[in-house]
Amino acid sequence: MVRFNMILLMIVVLCALGVVTSQHRGRKLFQDLEGEQERARQLDIEFGQLQLEMSTWATHPRIEKIARERLRMVAPDALGRVLPPVAAPVKKKVVR
Amino acid sequence: MVVRRRAQRGHRFTESPVLQLALQGWRSRTVGLLLMLAFLALVGRGFYLQVINNDFLQEKGDSRYRRDIEVSASRGKITDRNGDMLAVSTPMKSVWAIPGDARTMPVEQKRQLATLLDMNPKELDSKIASDKTFVYVKRQVPPETADLIAALKLPGVHQEKEYRRYYPTGDMTAHIVGFTGVDDKGLEGVELAFQNSLLGHSGSRSVIKDRRGQIVEDVRALKPPMDGKDVRLAMDSKIQYLAYSHLKAAIETNNAKAGGAIVIDARTGEILALANWPTYNPNNRQHLSGAQLRNRAITDTFEPGSVMKPFTAALALERGKVRFDTVINCAPGRLTIGSATISDAHPHGALTVAQVIQKSSNVGTVKMALEFPPKEMWEMFDSVGFGQAPNLGFPGEVNGRLRPWKNWRPIEQATMSYGHGIAISLVQLARAYTVFARDGELVPLSLVRLDETPVRGVRIFSPQTTREVRAMLEMAVQPEGTAPKARVPGYRVGGKTGTAYKVEGGVYARKYVASFVGLAPISDPRLVVAVMIDEPTGGAHYGGDVAGPAFSQIMGGALRTMGIPPDAPIKVAEATAGKGRL
Repeated sequence: MVRFNMILLMIVVLCALGVVTSQHRGRKLFQDLEGEQERARQLDIEFGQLQLEMSTWATHPRIEKIARERLRMVAPDALGRVLPPVAAPVKKKVVR
Repeated sequence: MVVRRRAQRGHRFTESPVLQLALQGWRSRTVGLLLMLAFLALVGRGFYLQVINNDFLQEKGDSRYRRDIEVSASRGKITDRNGDMLAVSTPMKSVWAIPGDARTMPVEQKRQLATLLDMNPKELDSKIASDKTFVYVKRQVPPETADLIAALKLPGVHQEKEYRRYYPTGDMTAHIVGFTGVDDKGLEGVELAFQNSLLGHSGSRSVIKDRRGQIVEDVRALKPPMDGKDVRLAMDSKIQYLAYSHLKAAIETNNAKAGGAIVIDARTGEILALANWPTYNPNNRQHLSGAQLRNRAITDTFEPGSVMKPFTAALALERGKVRFDTVINCAPGRLTIGSATISDAHPHGALTVAQVIQKSSNVGTVKMALEFPPKEMWEMFDSVGFGQAPNLGFPGEVNGRLRPWKNWRPIEQATMSYGHGIAISLVQLARAYTVFARDGELVPLSLVRLDETPVRGVRIFSPQTTREVRAMLEMAVQPEGTAPKARVPGYRVGGKTGTAYKVEGGVYARKYVASFVGLAPISDPRLVVAVMIDEPTGGAHYGGDVAGPAFSQIMGGALRTMGIPPDAPIKVAEATAGKGRL
């Protein structure tokens, strides 16, 4: 009887230690997860800022200005535009 | 004897004489009872703490290590139909202070803070001299600056997360996109119209923090954060740019006060572009005037003038009162109704119905209009959407003015047939023209991109009538018509000019509104473009000369942007005339 009680006590102590370690490990992992989620948020914010920057650089007035003034480009007149011959199934998409 | 007893004690413990002493029974019972009472007291205390007082104690315990934290959600983006950004939120910080604590800051630190915030040190002093318990030192501070400030560890200076809205396309799309206030609330345009879906709802969650303030466990999510939904407009930013830049050019050439332009996809009713002038930069709204903020195309009405004539002609064709080639005598270019006289800008002789539209004869139109009872004409105007808001969900949409037919006098019915005595907005006008582009159907307009096509409309005129009206509209841009400058090389286009006197203080002033509404390609109309120029003072004031060239540029550019194949041969003279902007 005494020996059986001792074994039970041992098991209880082991279980208790197990609970403590797994709790600890759980919290560690949770902190890592938190960290990664924070990083994801930061990256998301950065992505938004980069998108914003890209669209600011790519505004149509700016593109037109550079094309005309720096690169000396001109829009072709109607005669300068050639349409590809339309294939049999009429697909109404031409060069953009 | 002694020895023997010892020996005996060693063997028989129970025979110890001490134990053999008889104790009084009450003594043991008293001890037992006392122990029992002590135990009961413990149980009672345990019950009190664990059961009766549990909630209070639990709360106290939680408050030591549990925290409810807010999870912020961002406002939805606004993009054009191809996903180009029109409005984006990015996080910013607001720097606030508890003045009582902040006043203890050393002068050196105050100077540093003022430099970082790009503020005058005096301004900073006056802010923290306040006797309130909370003042914003500066809002919308870039995160990098905010980090530098946080590193200074200033007394009484705190930070809070907030968002700032950016509009990369700026003044080009200002009227349609609108803007938000500092607290992320839509104040104008789509930002206001779609406030409910754009708005993010921040959530909160309950967590356990350790003594270093790090989150170690999630207890539960109290409320999940809901990011605002993105709104994808029907607008195509390329076409918007075309509309905006050509409208601006037309206003500058004609030295006009204001103007508006709209491009509508006739198949779906989507608004591909909507531009106004004057405009403003939504990223910097410091010196805004009411005139800049006005979204004229939607919120202002004007007397449209001759652009209404095709509706009168269509009604006459539909009811069988006239045919395409019925001859109407428009000589001598004047017509007297009651005490008023209606006259043509240029007197004409006998004209066919088609020529009445082509040459924009008031007399011819009035003769057609007087064939109808007022009710029939009112019903037609009403059915194409005049006198009722276009239902875009846009703030400040106007109904326009279409008076009830019961008190129309004949002269009023006559002037309404050519667009005076009736007031509409540019968006209503453009929408009404989709009837001619869609074989007689009127579609609801949409600010947002629609994915299901085709859109069903309400039938107003028969396909036969609209084909004839389209032929008339095409004649109007021929050299004999009122708007040869509205032609687009390579495409068959059609449209109608409008030149209306402005009403000021109830009388017609010598100020004009020049407009042009048209559709293309005539063989299978896809686009409706409406251009309105307010008070041109550069010499020309006729719709064909003022708004026609802008229409031609916008329509031509939009057709090419959308990849719609040309339906007319290109003539050399025309081709070089169209040379210029994109």
